[in-house]
Amino acid sequence: MAGLRFSVMNIVTRAPTVLEQLARNVIASSGSPDAGKAIEGFVTQTDRDVAFQLESCVHCGQCADACHFYLVTHDPRYTPVYKLRPMLRAYQSESSPFAKARKWLGLATEVSSAELTEWSKLLYDSCNLCGRCTLACPMGIDIAGLVRRAREGMSVAGFAPADLYKAAERALDSGSPVGIGWPTLKRQIEIQEEETGVKVPVDVQGADYLVIVSSIEIAAFPENIGAMARIFDQAKLSWTIPSAGFEATNVGIQIGSRDISAALVSRIVDVAVRLKVKYVISPECGHAYTALRWEGPNLLGQAYPFKVVQIAELLDQLFQEGRLRMRGKDQRRLTFHDPCQLVRRGGIRQAPRRLMNAVSEQFIDMPSSGEANFCCGGGGGVSAIHRAEKLRFAAFECKKEQVAATGAEALVTACANCRNVLEDAIEEHGMTLQVLGLTEMVAQYLEPDPLTTSR
Amino acid sequence: MTPMNLLEFVRGPAFWFSLFVLVAGSVWRVIGIYRLGNKPDLSEPRSTRWLSGALHGILWRMTPRKEFRGNVKLGVINGYIYHIGLAAIAFGYLPHILFIKRLTGLAWSPLPELLFYFAAGFTGIALLTVLLERITDPVMRLLSGFDDYFSWFVVFLPLLTGMGAMTGWASQTSQSDARIYQGPLAIHLLSVELLFLWLPFGKLGHAFLVFFSRTITGIALERKGAAL
Repeated sequence: MAGLRFSVMNIVTRAPTVLEQLARNVIASSGSPDAGKAIEGFVTQTDRDVAFQLESCVHCGQCADACHFYLVTHDPRYTPVYKLRPMLRAYQSESSPFAKARKWLGLATEVSSAELTEWSKLLYDSCNLCGRCTLACPMGIDIAGLVRRAREGMSVAGFAPADLYKAAERALDSGSPVGIGWPTLKRQIEIQEEETGVKVPVDVQGADYLVIVSSIEIAAFPENIGAMARIFDQAKLSWTIPSAGFEATNVGIQIGSRDISAALVSRIVDVAVRLKVKYVISPECGHAYTALRWEGPNLLGQAYPFKVVQIAELLDQLFQEGRLRMRGKDQRRLTFHDPCQLVRRGGIRQAPRRLMNAVSEQFIDMPSSGEANFCCGGGGGVSAIHRAEKLRFAAFECKKEQVAATGAEALVTACANCRNVLEDAIEEHGMTLQVLGLTEMVAQYLEPDPLTTSR
Repeated sequence: MTPMNLLEFVRGPAFWFSLFVLVAGSVWRVIGIYRLGNKPDLSEPRSTRWLSGALHGILWRMTPRKEFRGNVKLGVINGYIYHIGLAAIAFGYLPHILFIKRLTGLAWSPLPELLFYFAAGFTGIALLTVLLERITDPVMRLLSGFDDYFSWFVVFLPLLTGMGAMTGWASQTSQSDARIYQGPLAIHLLSVELLFLWLPFGKLGHAFLVFFSRTITGIALERKGAAL
């Protein structure tokens, strides 16, 4: 344990400046796209597991029929595995077992700058990293995981969308991809404290749970903070929210940069270590969970000295332990949208359903729900790419059909970004459907605390 | 070169050479990929049932998930037909069994003749259909290149040449007839050797790579507790 503590201190005290510099180098590349650097990036990313998968494709095209971008446009270029072409070619020419033979035979072809500029739209605008293609591939290729790797090559060489570089720069500068700082969060906390009558503990050292939030929650759904406060208060949870390192979203995962991701994750790890918490709660944000829970330790090169728990998992645990007293249920017909990074890429399927059944009288699952559900269209950074907006709204058609099949009067989800994207798309498609947050729903049907009520 | 000489050549040095390339090329490809290495995953696993993940990955991907069954391409159905058909032909036809027995000493009962003819017929039709789909389907056409078409060719060719040689085998009644059909048989063996020579280098390598790919993804999803 002493060794672990020592290495954690290394992350906290030494690494951040190095990580920040590496991250800023990636952003600096946006001004001068370089195909050579992209090829180098693709090759670096093609390790054993990636290579076995790239080499296994039989070009059956099954992944196309799993991808909403293809299904709504029927444009074959949106076939998920086709998006990996530049990476595959770079690998085949540079590091595959027959790379030298290819070069000798004159079969190795260079990936050009123009090609990568074109592929930027395929690898970013038309991929949510949702992993539905992975689920459909008969060869067991994790196509979404490979797209994530391919983005590494693109981002380090200046071929990622400008909107994502800007968001990454804002995140490094201010801590938030949209520039939200502590004063804004502090104000929202104060408002929520007033509305709920529950004190939000800030920077409490030794608390069991550290709550981090996403900028979208702070800006658009601050009630989530109040909801968590009410729930944790009733469950008598020892928790705190940090005044620095509170941002859960990680644009590094979306742009596909280990360096940016590591710099952002290290801020959370830093505060978690400083406050000596046992758990960090990943909030209602799909990719934040992927960043912190699955990629974080690998980005920093060390296991965490704390555990990461997703908010839906924690609420489910508290509910099952009888620490939440529920009263009443929503009478409307409700359905649940599974955030892809939680269900398909994160393995969280049952927890939200148990919670939905606890708060809803008429919960109905969509056809192909859970692992095979369609993405909202905004995941993987697509919602932050302005030029992709039209395509994203078009892709929503698949989700729309799934929702319509349930006849639901409201849609519940466990990701603030999904919620935001769904609300936009619903409006764009002329639908009238309320979108709700799962944590808020749970808080809404909590039995009121007598002390809180009397305040 | 007389048919007899040709047959001796393709049964002898040419066959052993193609078999050597098949094995050495496949091993080279796997080792070459393996040597690229991997960093260990440091995230806390939700499940450590690696073997279960690997086996599920391998077995469950043999059929599409129910959610995707509605719009599978013709190639998927055809895939089952020609994979099973090719296996039946390669290992269920008496002359093939005798050939394998001559090399390894191993033998087993052949398929009933009628079943074999059905397998050959269906496999031929399935392979032609899959080529047609690859040419006409916009997605498959975009994904396809030389490797796809040449791989199809080297799989179809032994079937075609085999039919020629099979006719000879079936109607062979005397020693002199056997001499007549030595030519078609040699050509058939040559086409099989071409398949052996190509298999390790192109997409036909999926014959062994698929197990790696499915295992890797199976374990990765299992450790996250996600569906396979």
